[in-house]
Amino acid sequence: MASATTVEPTRRDFLFIATGAVAAVGAAAVVWPLINQMSPDASTLALASTEVDIGAIPEGQIITIKWRGKPVFISHRTEKEIKEAEDVNIATLPDPQTDAARVQKPQWLIVIGVCTHLGCIPLGHQGEYGGWFCPCHGSVYDTSGRIRKGPAPRNLAVPQYTFLTDTKVKIG
Amino acid sequence: MHGHSTFEPKNGVVKWLEARLPILSFMHGSFVAYPTPKNLNYWWTFGAILSFMLIAQIVTGVVLTMHYTPESTLAFGSVEKIMRDVNWGWMLRYAHSNGASMFFFAVYIHIFRGIYYGSYKAPREVLWILGVIIFLLMMATGFMGYVLPWGQMSFWGATVITNLFSAIPFVGDEITVWLWGGYSVDNPTLNRFFALHYLLPFIIVAVVGLHVWALHVCGQNNPDGVEIKDIAKDTVPFTPHATMKDSLGIVFFLLLYCWFIFYVPNYLGDADNYIPANPMKTPPHIVPEWYFLPFYAILRSIPDKLMGVIAMFAAIAVLAFLPWLDTSKVRSAKYRPIYKIFFWIFVVCAVGLGYLGAMPPEGGFVLASRILAVAYFAFFLIVLPLLGLFEKTKPVPASIADAVLAKHGSASSVAASAASAPQTKG
Repeated sequence: MASATTVEPTRRDFLFIATGAVAAVGAAAVVWPLINQMSPDASTLALASTEVDIGAIPEGQIITIKWRGKPVFISHRTEKEIKEAEDVNIATLPDPQTDAARVQKPQWLIVIGVCTHLGCIPLGHQGEYGGWFCPCHGSVYDTSGRIRKGPAPRNLAVPQYTFLTDTKVKIG
Repeated sequence: MHGHSTFEPKNGVVKWLEARLPILSFMHGSFVAYPTPKNLNYWWTFGAILSFMLIAQIVTGVVLTMHYTPESTLAFGSVEKIMRDVNWGWMLRYAHSNGASMFFFAVYIHIFRGIYYGSYKAPREVLWILGVIIFLLMMATGFMGYVLPWGQMSFWGATVITNLFSAIPFVGDEITVWLWGGYSVDNPTLNRFFALHYLLPFIIVAVVGLHVWALHVCGQNNPDGVEIKDIAKDTVPFTPHATMKDSLGIVFFLLLYCWFIFYVPNYLGDADNYIPANPMKTPPHIVPEWYFLPFYAILRSIPDKLMGVIAMFAAIAVLAFLPWLDTSKVRSAKYRPIYKIFFWIFVVCAVGLGYLGAMPPEGGFVLASRILAVAYFAFFLIVLPLLGLFEKTKPVPASIADAVLAKHGSASSVAASAASAPQTKG
């Protein structure tokens, strides 16, 4: 009975594997819509940009606007705030980034107002660096929205934006 | 443990059904003739109390659904309508919201009881792990239920908890957006939470079924932690003994439950949740429901986001490994003098973490939560494995009957067996 085990695959083996493969692809094709339906829908994606008139924001003030259901901070920074943001030795930062890399025009800082820790909204002009302070778990951001202290891992995110005119900015 | 049924149908219809689906003899064998250890104390009534609470939550939840609207602009108003306009709506909602708290209160006692009496040890590991799964499902259900009224705490609690997933390396942000169905917690999030909040309790019912099945395969543990040796001497039938004891436990538990519903219905809630959700304003102090506080304190005690999230989930996951972390051969803390001390230290740590979770994350509170978080894990990862090797345990009774007689035995017939343990301390 030496020939009882054969190395040569039989036609049955082939059919078995082929059927299994088709079934697996079919199952994946059915599962994907069930998973993907939870992703943002077309109407949510359609709200992806917003235009803001920033002409009325006085120096030293931060306004909050809503973009994609989230707050976006637009800070009209003072000379002092800009200088503080630029004078930092970035090697000492948890998430090193120069101020210039975070702004298009130094007097305007535009960041998403969501703490990178667990999503609370930080409070403006608070905390020891004069930027933002998150009341939930104590993260401190500087005048460039960079994380300086506390549990948040990253700087406040900078959204995509373009200056349409000197006083009009399009976010998204 | 099955096969103790003395069920013999006389009625023709019952006989007819039995021959086709032996459900009545199954119920009789599981809840009437089922042998329960003689020495069970009132800590063992919490299984029945939890079953009662699960049913109470499902019943009140289903009727609340008839009046609630899961839509972000209408949800808050519909809950207020339940409170003001719907017949008995105030009572049903208070019963449901306080019911969640009572459910967790009972499950914590149930878990601590299991830890104290070593109920997780072989052969009850699967029974224990099923319990941990139920606990996780309860936490998910409780969390999603708290989001539904769409108040400030609902919204920001949902934001903070879903953001935990953003800590996952590389794909965290994508997963979070997928969970939200948008770029922040919003109407799609509320809708899916409502669907899942309705679904999960029935999944819990199914896992509870497995939990009870596993329990009935191994039989119940008991305060002395010795297995049943002689059914006639060591056990009493479930009905009437356990049925009555469980009923009495439920009645006393109901007194507490009703006190909350009718006297302090908002005591365990947060005033901020009576403010409609505002995605543009975070409340100054976000606190989860009390039953999540110990885990929340562990999350906050670690200054790194990912590690904090890992530690929080690990604090729950470590429970599942308890059967293998505890190396002692003796089950019950009754016969483990040093374990008993550590157990109570552990309880104090867990409750202490709960207190710290409600405090602002600053100064001494942070340091205290770090110390207690370390102590929490040390209990599982250091104390339990080592105690089994070094602890000198007390002699364990030979059987449940011996243990009962040693405690309550009169001087007459059982004197011989009780004599080995004379009344030293009374």
